[in-house]
Amino acid sequence: MFSETPLSIDARGWGWRHAGRAGWALRGLDLRIEPGERVLLLGASGAGKSTLVHALAGVLGGEEEGESEGRLFVDDTDAARARGRVGLVLQDPDSQVVLARVGDDVAFGCENMGVSRDEIWSRVEQSLRAVGLDVPLAHPTSALSGGQKQRLALAGVLAMRPGLLLLDEPTANLDPHGVIEVRDAVARVVEQSGSTLVVVEHRVDVWWPTVDRVVVLAPGGGVLADGTPDEVLRREGANLAASGVWVPGHPPKHPARLRRPGGTLLHTEALAVGRSTALQSDIDIVARAGECMALTGPNGVGKTTLGLTLGGLLPAIDGRLVAGALRRGLGTDPLRWKSRELVTRIGSVFQDPEHQFVSGTVAGELAVGARAIGLSEHETARRVDPLLERLRLGHLAAANPFTLSGGEKRRLSVATVLVTRPPLLVLDEPTFGQDSRTWAELVAFLAELLDEGSSLIAVTHDVHLVDALADAELRMWQADHALESRVP
Amino acid sequence: MRADDILTPTAGTRTIYRINPVAKLAAAAVIGIALVFSLDWVSASVALACEGVLFLFAGLGPRRFVRRTLPVTIAAVFAAGTILLYGRASGASRWRFLLVNVTDGSIELSVATLLKVLAIGLPAVVLFVTVDPTDLADGLAQVLRLPSRFVLGALGGLRLVGLFADDWKSLELARRARGIADSGRLRRFAGQAFALLVLSIRRGSKLATAMEARGFGSSIPRSWARESRFGARDWMLVAISFGVASAAISTSVLTGNWNFLAGA
Repeated sequence: MFSETPLSIDARGWGWRHAGRAGWALRGLDLRIEPGERVLLLGASGAGKSTLVHALAGVLGGEEEGESEGRLFVDDTDAARARGRVGLVLQDPDSQVVLARVGDDVAFGCENMGVSRDEIWSRVEQSLRAVGLDVPLAHPTSALSGGQKQRLALAGVLAMRPGLLLLDEPTANLDPHGVIEVRDAVARVVEQSGSTLVVVEHRVDVWWPTVDRVVVLAPGGGVLADGTPDEVLRREGANLAASGVWVPGHPPKHPARLRRPGGTLLHTEALAVGRSTALQSDIDIVARAGECMALTGPNGVGKTTLGLTLGGLLPAIDGRLVAGALRRGLGTDPLRWKSRELVTRIGSVFQDPEHQFVSGTVAGELAVGARAIGLSEHETARRVDPLLERLRLGHLAAANPFTLSGGEKRRLSVATVLVTRPPLLVLDEPTFGQDSRTWAELVAFLAELLDEGSSLIAVTHDVHLVDALADAELRMWQADHALESRVP
Repeated sequence: MRADDILTPTAGTRTIYRINPVAKLAAAAVIGIALVFSLDWVSASVALACEGVLFLFAGLGPRRFVRRTLPVTIAAVFAAGTILLYGRASGASRWRFLLVNVTDGSIELSVATLLKVLAIGLPAVVLFVTVDPTDLADGLAQVLRLPSRFVLGALGGLRLVGLFADDWKSLELARRARGIADSGRLRRFAGQAFALLVLSIRRGSKLATAMEARGFGSSIPRSWARESRFGARDWMLVAISFGVASAAISTSVLTGNWNFLAGA
């Protein structure tokens, strides 16, 4: 069916430096991947995985975008000219949909390759079937879930009959169900087409059964480890885990917890949340000092909306949100508090950190909250500096927040709310994009805050986080939920 | 109206949904250009009368018609009202109050303005609520031969507009969560607008990468999955628009009401 010849990859002393950066993203890479191999590409954050994948897809740009050295071949042509024979699926489901209807979107790549009309539509049908996306061709793409959008992107790439399939963290933004959905679609597709596969992904355990080779890039350049998954795991497992790679069988350490619940900071009475209609109703939960509650469940059931409502940002649809010890002289409804009163009581970290950035530098970003509540320069520095060090952002103090990596942005957004020392933290996916080392550090830090008497509410898909910190879990599904205690 | 409605308008089976968007664009342009040259109540009302008959075939129910054309109607009433009160005075004065001077001349101009805005605006709205942007892009590129890079780039960008509203709401909440939502509504608005701009540029460049990765902008001649045909039905619509335009102009000229360019 998808009978394009699988392509090889050949890198010889290859390197790339982004325009305007002092250091090389990747340098001195020698790597040969044979046609039909299925490779998982690993490396700590900043090792240049994404750069390599973009280069292989020919979308790294020309000389104005950066400088290259050495050679990078796909089959026997320069990778920069291999566009069209190579398919690329990226991380963000929303920014890969091109057209408004499912069928048209899948056809888009074929049109660009000049495929004839009859052939296009037969490929569209085949590709949608291969990824298991069973919707009408005229179905609006805006009505798809995250997992469906990623499978749509995969179908669009597949219709171009690529000999090399590149996936750059294709499941990073998905809930656990969506992750499996996409992983299975990819496995089925490479099984049928036999094309070469290169996957970059933090969630190693998900892809472990699908790949037959693991390549680990060394930060700064070169290859750290290379072999079959079992070999690499046996020989390098412990080292890799120590350098920040998520490795099966080497979970990061969970911090010890004191678990001394204190007074009630906030509670809800038959709370109903939603944007215009209720997504969840009759929620009765309590946030206590020293306790962590996890809000879990598939995308779209109202986890984030509940988080925003608890954070005093969205009005409740019904029921009440009642501040207890938290209010310190204000009314009981956090929604009525002034913005600068809110930040010393509840700290909210949003799902997308970019929404929260308001300053040109990392240091400036951290000072925003301090200035809002009128802290002195001296006091601001006293609070900001340890946070920068603790969250490994010290070397980035002068950098623009938008230029940070996904994991760094996440840590910065957590740091920004801590400056004003709110006793209640509402965090939406706090561990998103962290490698295993920064994950462990962040979780240890949150555990410390809990032990010092903070209360934590975390919206998350991360089962490790729930295991490590949660004292209670509010499991949510479509229009319903159940509260479970997780204290042993 | 939500962005989803703009991108995938309700499809129907009536003829109007099958007419090429380029023909609709041409028809609206012909009527608009013909009427823009004269501000008189005769040409506008003849055009409006003809259009009124045609609207019956447009496939919009009366409710949807009123709802979708409401902005044009409001604009027409405002424009007419302003001219009635402050328009160039001529003829007998009916009512004076400070700067307000309602005269026979301003009444006539005001009626002509009302009719003209409606005669130009209504067909444009009616034709375009049934246009699917994807079909319009196909038509522009295949029928009018506009550069496909430009047309498809714009179409891809249009999809991002739908995400603006969500981004804006999130930015607003995020500013409250950061402690900077208490002061200076105007300054906050400006800051937030700038943040939205930054976010949309970033989204746009991600989309551009995704499009490039799928071979967009390569040197291979593009094929089209959906053929955009311009057939008898489409010529018919353009012919009708010429008919309406010439009926309006000739009636106005024959009755001596035609005044070239806004009664100059």
